[in-house]
Amino acid sequence: MGKGRSLFLTVMLWLGMAFLYVPMLLLIIYSFNYSKLVPVWGGWSVRWYKVLFESEEVWNAVALSLKIAVVNATFATLLGALAGLAMVRFGKFRGRTLFGGMLAAPLVMPEVITGLSLLLLFITLSKMIGWPAERGFTTITIAHITFSMAYVSVIVQSRLTGMGETLEEAALDLGAKPFRVLTDITLPRLTPAMVSGWLLAFTLSLDDLVISSFVTGPGANTLPILIYSRIRLGLRPDINALATIIIVTVAIGVAIAAFMLMRQERQRLAEEKMAAGP
Amino acid sequence: MAGVPNLADTPWLDPSSEPFIRLRGVTKKFGDFTAVNNVDLDIYKGELFCLLGGSGCGKSTLLRMLAGFEVPTSGRIMIDGVDMSDVPAYERPTNMMFQSYALFPHMTVEKNIAYGLKQEGVAKSEIADRVDEVLGLVELTDFTKRKPDQLSGGQRQRVALARALVKKPKLLLLDEPLGALDKRLREQTQFELMNIQDQVGITFVVVTHDQDEAMTLSTRIAVMDAGNFQQIGTPTEIYEFPESRFVADFIGNANMLDARVTEAGTDHVTVETALGTIRTEQGIQVQEGQKVYLALRPEKIHLAKAGDPVHEGNMQVTGHVEDIGYMGDMSVYKVLVNGETMIEVTAPNLTRPKQRSLAITWDEEVVLSWHSNSPVLLVR
Ligand SMILES: Nc1ncnc2c1ncn2[C@@H]1O[C@H](COP(=O)(O)OP(=O)(O)OP(=O)(O)O)[C@@H](O)[C@H]1O
Ligand SMILES: [Mg+2]
Repeated sequence: MGKGRSLFLTVMLWLGMAFLYVPMLLLIIYSFNYSKLVPVWGGWSVRWYKVLFESEEVWNAVALSLKIAVVNATFATLLGALAGLAMVRFGKFRGRTLFGGMLAAPLVMPEVITGLSLLLLFITLSKMIGWPAERGFTTITIAHITFSMAYVSVIVQSRLTGMGETLEEAALDLGAKPFRVLTDITLPRLTPAMVSGWLLAFTLSLDDLVISSFVTGPGANTLPILIYSRIRLGLRPDINALATIIIVTVAIGVAIAAFMLMRQERQRLAEEKMAAGP
Repeated sequence: MAGVPNLADTPWLDPSSEPFIRLRGVTKKFGDFTAVNNVDLDIYKGELFCLLGGSGCGKSTLLRMLAGFEVPTSGRIMIDGVDMSDVPAYERPTNMMFQSYALFPHMTVEKNIAYGLKQEGVAKSEIADRVDEVLGLVELTDFTKRKPDQLSGGQRQRVALARALVKKPKLLLLDEPLGALDKRLREQTQFELMNIQDQVGITFVVVTHDQDEAMTLSTRIAVMDAGNFQQIGTPTEIYEFPESRFVADFIGNANMLDARVTEAGTDHVTVETALGTIRTEQGIQVQEGQKVYLALRPEKIHLAKAGDPVHEGNMQVTGHVEDIGYMGDMSVYKVLVNGETMIEVTAPNLTRPKQRSLAITWDEEVVLSWHSNSPVLLVR
């Protein structure tokens, strides 16, 4: 019985994995296809990687995407951490429920709506105060921050709730002013959560197509926008190569984030054990 | 402690002395739940005041209000003549040792202890000296560079104690300070606490579950139940003159009997109980016919074999030994009186078990006797 079930589970596991990863595997294999026609196998080659590296358009898109992702992740982490602190540590303040709801809204709002409303905002602003003069890096970054920040604040909030307030109370009791408590106690203990928040915001930004498409302007192509616009004209082998590079990069990022989260979990367990006392 | 009570040692008896801590009508509610219910309390300078009570009775909550982590729902707290309503925790002249220790996990033992002094802006060299001193006190000199998660439970507790002590605050709040220490270290630390209190004149408020600890340590004890003070008094008062069944039961053991007053004299009261008519020398305000309770401590009852001589003038009843619990230094005897009332008696083990023939054994007929000032009458 036990053996039968474990066989069943193994089969299901492999089916699930296949469902998830066979498409990506195909993509990776086909990126090494010599043939110009994607569905026709023409032998192994790195030809399309060369084409890719020689394309200035691709390099520009990579640079723009990375720049947006880094700036976005940094601001989203700062703002998200502050919002998380406000939600968990400042007790009851006026409008707390509203604030919490609005903080979580981007998580459930359809991307199309977020994109559209942000586009409207930028157009209105541009008419009223002349800023932003043109859409591109700035507008995409701002748009990404609005939703990445929500994810970071969720991570920070859960960590803060898990940490409890006792250590901060202990520091206050020893005479530390609230700002010192923040820098000496709260922030150091939040670091792992903020690092994983940063990585998450980075990946989210790198991934985003819908919202970016809404708020981008002429000439500002992020990587997903570039890929999507090329794919519309038919499957292309150099895009396979590009996608393969993205998959590898994201896999590395996710692995680091998972490692950080694991460390954070271990730390939490150790602290729980300590808090429980002897 | 012995000898004539001196007003300097017992400031609570001196109507002219100013209390160091003054609580008036302090209530703390969590939603609908009342954790601390309208308490008044005066604690005097240099006292070692114990809050004693069962789990969840509001001891920590009261302490946290003194430290400034909880704001009273109503009422006022004064420390050293200053109203604490608007004073944040970091400006109060108090330090607290937390029940969960609350050591900073990312700092070494040394840094943990030094943290409070650093906030005060104490010079580096002085910080080092004072940290060394207090580390010696709690016997942790070899552990300065360790992180809290590399310490045992008892060691963490000592770090927490050291961290609170090192600032020499006017008021030290200790939440279950010695629970995780072994007997030797606990007694030593208790002794040190009393020493520190004597020398530095710090006022202590100590929360504990452990009644022995409360009895040995404190100048006065407040017994709490469900957010209320049941009784406040010196250890002797609490033990010998409990004011309620709760206190008599909570501190030490007591045989509790339902009683009805048959004679209410000025210097004595006679009651009718399941053990028969009992006379007590207690000047308590009761009326004839009133229902009261009679508490009789197990060690205040003298146990003798049937037929042995009994002290002249003592109350006595006969019973049957049902059970004996051997505790090492003494034994607990469960004696059935009149075939219905179980009375607990403790007696020191004067002889070794080998010489059992001398001692009282199971199923023996015995005589219980006590002096008429031993029983305590309780109206609530
Ligand atoms: N922040 C809170 N919110 C809601 N209820 C609380 C809160 N803090 C304490 N309580 C409740 O108040 C009561 C008193 O708690 P407190 O911590 O003072 O107990 P205690 O006497 O210290 O118990 P113990 O000996 O177990 O530490 C408990 O019933 C507890 O559940
Ligand atoms: Mg407690």
